[in-house]
Amino acid sequence: MGNLLSLTTFIPLLGAAILAVFLRGNDKAAQKNAKWVAIATTVATFIVSLFILAGFDPANTGFQFVEERPWLLGMNYKMGVDGISVLFVMLTTFLMPLVIASCWNVTDRVKEYMIAFLLLETLMLGVFMALDMVLFYLFFEAGLIPMFLIIGIWGGANRIYASFKFFLYTFLGSVLMLVAIVAMFFQAGTTDIPTLMTFNFASEDFSVLGIHIVGGMQTMLWLAFFASFAVKMPMWPVHTWLPDAHVQAPTAGSVVLAAILLKMGGYGFLRFSLPMFPIGSEVLGPLVLWMSAIAIVYTSLVALVQEDMKKLIAYSSVAHMGYVTMGIFAVNQQGIDGAIFQMISHGFISGALFLCVGVIYDRMHTREIDAYGGLVNRMPAYALIFMFFTMANVGLPGTSGFIGEFLVLMGIFQVNTWVAAIATSGVIFSAAYALWLYRRVVMGDLIKESLKTITDMTTRERFIFVPLVVMTLLLGVYPALVLDIIGPSVSALVENYEIATAGLSAVVTH
Amino acid sequence: MISADIQTVMPEIILAVYAMLALFAAVYTTKDKMAPLLTWLTSGLFVVLAFWISGGHGTVTAFDGMYNNDGFSRFAKVLILLSAAAVLLMSEGYMQRRGLLRFEYPILVALSVVGMMVMVSAGDLMALYMGLELQSLALYVVASLRRDSLKSTEAGLKYFLLGALSSGLLLYGASLTYGFAGTTLFSGIMASTADGVSLGMLFGVVFMLAGFAFKISAAPFHMWTPDVYEGSPTPVTAFFATAPKVAAMALFARVVHDAFGGIVSEWQQIVAFLAVISMFLGAIAAIGQRDIKRLMAYSSIAHMGFALMGLAAGTVFGVQAMLIYMAIYVTMNVGTFAFILSMEKDGRPVTDIRSLKSLSKKQPLRALVLLIMMFSLAGVPPMLGFFGKFYVLRAAFDAGLGWLAIAGVVASVIGAFYYLRIVYYVYFGEDTDGLNGKMPKVLWFFAVATSAIVLLAWVPGINLFGIETAAEAAAQTLVN
Repeated sequence: MGNLLSLTTFIPLLGAAILAVFLRGNDKAAQKNAKWVAIATTVATFIVSLFILAGFDPANTGFQFVEERPWLLGMNYKMGVDGISVLFVMLTTFLMPLVIASCWNVTDRVKEYMIAFLLLETLMLGVFMALDMVLFYLFFEAGLIPMFLIIGIWGGANRIYASFKFFLYTFLGSVLMLVAIVAMFFQAGTTDIPTLMTFNFASEDFSVLGIHIVGGMQTMLWLAFFASFAVKMPMWPVHTWLPDAHVQAPTAGSVVLAAILLKMGGYGFLRFSLPMFPIGSEVLGPLVLWMSAIAIVYTSLVALVQEDMKKLIAYSSVAHMGYVTMGIFAVNQQGIDGAIFQMISHGFISGALFLCVGVIYDRMHTREIDAYGGLVNRMPAYALIFMFFTMANVGLPGTSGFIGEFLVLMGIFQVNTWVAAIATSGVIFSAAYALWLYRRVVMGDLIKESLKTITDMTTRERFIFVPLVVMTLLLGVYPALVLDIIGPSVSALVENYEIATAGLSAVVTH
Repeated sequence: MISADIQTVMPEIILAVYAMLALFAAVYTTKDKMAPLLTWLTSGLFVVLAFWISGGHGTVTAFDGMYNNDGFSRFAKVLILLSAAAVLLMSEGYMQRRGLLRFEYPILVALSVVGMMVMVSAGDLMALYMGLELQSLALYVVASLRRDSLKSTEAGLKYFLLGALSSGLLLYGASLTYGFAGTTLFSGIMASTADGVSLGMLFGVVFMLAGFAFKISAAPFHMWTPDVYEGSPTPVTAFFATAPKVAAMALFARVVHDAFGGIVSEWQQIVAFLAVISMFLGAIAAIGQRDIKRLMAYSSIAHMGFALMGLAAGTVFGVQAMLIYMAIYVTMNVGTFAFILSMEKDGRPVTDIRSLKSLSKKQPLRALVLLIMMFSLAGVPPMLGFFGKFYVLRAAFDAGLGWLAIAGVVASVIGAFYYLRIVYYVYFGEDTDGLNGKMPKVLWFFAVATSAIVLLAWVPGINLFGIETAAEAAAQTLVN
């Protein structure tokens, strides 16, 4: 099994190719076939990816399952996973079958829809496995194409604006990263990620246009990568594309966006910013902490006044990603453990919340909060599921949401007490908007005429939520499942970071 | 001695003699009825010559250094010949249906290709000018091939007037250079700049660069491009966008490195300036365009900016990056024009991009071709266009032009907007009565073949079809 990773990555592509070449027609039967092929492909991908998890050795902090082939310009096509990336791979393969299952009711251009999602899966997996910067960039950027089409073709009324904003925003962020990649290639003479993680990039201070830059080249490179990952995360104040994209995207698109695509930003920080530019991170890290704190409070407040359910959840995502960036740039074991845990857990929870919105959107074709109320009377099962994930989103102990936030807060408290205090208040805000949303949609009397005939979840819909509930609970009560895998890699990362920045702690005044 | 020289220029001679013979044959026999046959014969000959030339190796100079046959010229010639062959084959059906297929068309194209081959091999200002004019004169005529159309005539005339102006600039620069260097040979000019460059020589360089910038349609010398692209018959536009661009760009590289290679710092800033202006102008001015041919004109201006970015580096890798960029650019343009040539409604050609609305519902595969080409032109990976950008960015950065690289990527984001807008029409547009009619087989072949190349070239094992090493070898013979 020398190329297990490539196999996992390209199974969805194969499925997409089969759909594209062999599936003809657009009648009911053809649509059904398209969906089944997509389900089968994603399930097969998940099964193959289980072999990665089974063969993965958590004690080894290096890259595993490495495969390497000569490529262009002396670069290599190189894939591999370590403790940080392997769980993102699993998250992706685990969620994709559910995503496909959630779009069973789509009738518009089903074949193309399935192809777009399968392509997207290949590209997302590639991002998490690539061990060559340019290969990483290739997957990272190519993912924009299917997502652009998903929002633009199958999205809501204002989809054109949202898709263009999504594409151009993220594209601008990533081309700056491209320039930084070129600069690193020039300095280090290689694009091999493991080599670059141990390479010392120049960090002598210099001046550009009269501005004195502490940390020199490292700070510049760090900023270029930050431009890309901060947009992707998304961090305040460059988050404005996300609410638009979420609101306009179809349900399955929102799920992928929130559950997986946003994690690429956090993964990028862990894979590039911290290990490759420790000095840059040390110089600008405090800024990120404050930006995250602002993000948590500000977007939570914004979430409170939303009238559109998806927009509310989108803002809640931005707030939760604030915890992630905060944990990452605390740069200690608890902080980064918490950040990764939060990302995995947010993948399940936000995915589930968007699916919850999708369930009632499919019935009523509106996402206005005011259009609902008293759903518990006719949809008890739905009320239960929605309740569960609302609580998980708030971070109720016993759910995975709690562990992530708790670890992050613990990590950040050791670094910056003020930021920790502000961030903790965000927990209260998140309870406020989430519970208020729940009350307005589910609780109360069922007085709206249009809701009198609404039906509860179908068996298919219930089945989609089962794995998500199981994972949220399981990680909530037994977090070691995740922490054991990421722990050694994270501690190696923190250790290297501390060695690299040992001499710098005096210079952080900016 | 002379026989060896003739041996060296044999491909050009064969092509020129073929063109004359074809002219006689057509005039004295069936005239326009022979045109389809001539088209196929000419492109067949192009392909044969391309294979022949690609088998050559080593550096040979002929006619006392006036003519070079080296790796660089061979790379450029193969690219020119293959793209000209592709465009000729694609245009046959289109011109046939519109009654434009005159026998002069393939012959004029063949003559302009001879001119291009001389251009890229030139080792002397005289040879350079001769090649350039042979190419240009043939192109002026094909631009106004649609004699009864006002726009086509306008395109031809405009192209002629501005082309003549640029030739004038070039000649003025060449004469200044000759005056101060005392020779027209590139090697002689190079030697004369060994101990510094005089002000007059510098003027010469600037004027010559301005002339070249006209030919490759780099801003601020681009004004003719949109009108000529729009007015010319579409197959001719496709031709303008490919082979002559390669030839002019190769000539540009040849002159700045072979003749002025000793004074890189003198022209580097000018080339960088042309690059940055072209990238931004191409990106911004195209946003308002509704006509796909005008849009492609601005797109080509922006792409020339990127290619110049490689050249601005002034290094071996810079030339290599520029050659790779041009090869990629030509591939993408052949694919895109294969699509544009097939755009018609009720049998009449249309160029309005709004006619593309909802094409993806009616003809998904055809829409997919356009999608691939647009994302590639925008430089989104994993399409081929991205790798072109990557090479030139790297070249610029290595040469210390980091600001140029940053400007380039910012321009490419602005430019992405109008490529996306085409995708938007094709995929998100409302149902309207847009294009109808099928895509002819030849066009299908080119569209699918180039799409496959654009899409798959990055796959490990294919590695851009080995063009990297070929371009490197070519660049090494030029820069030393």
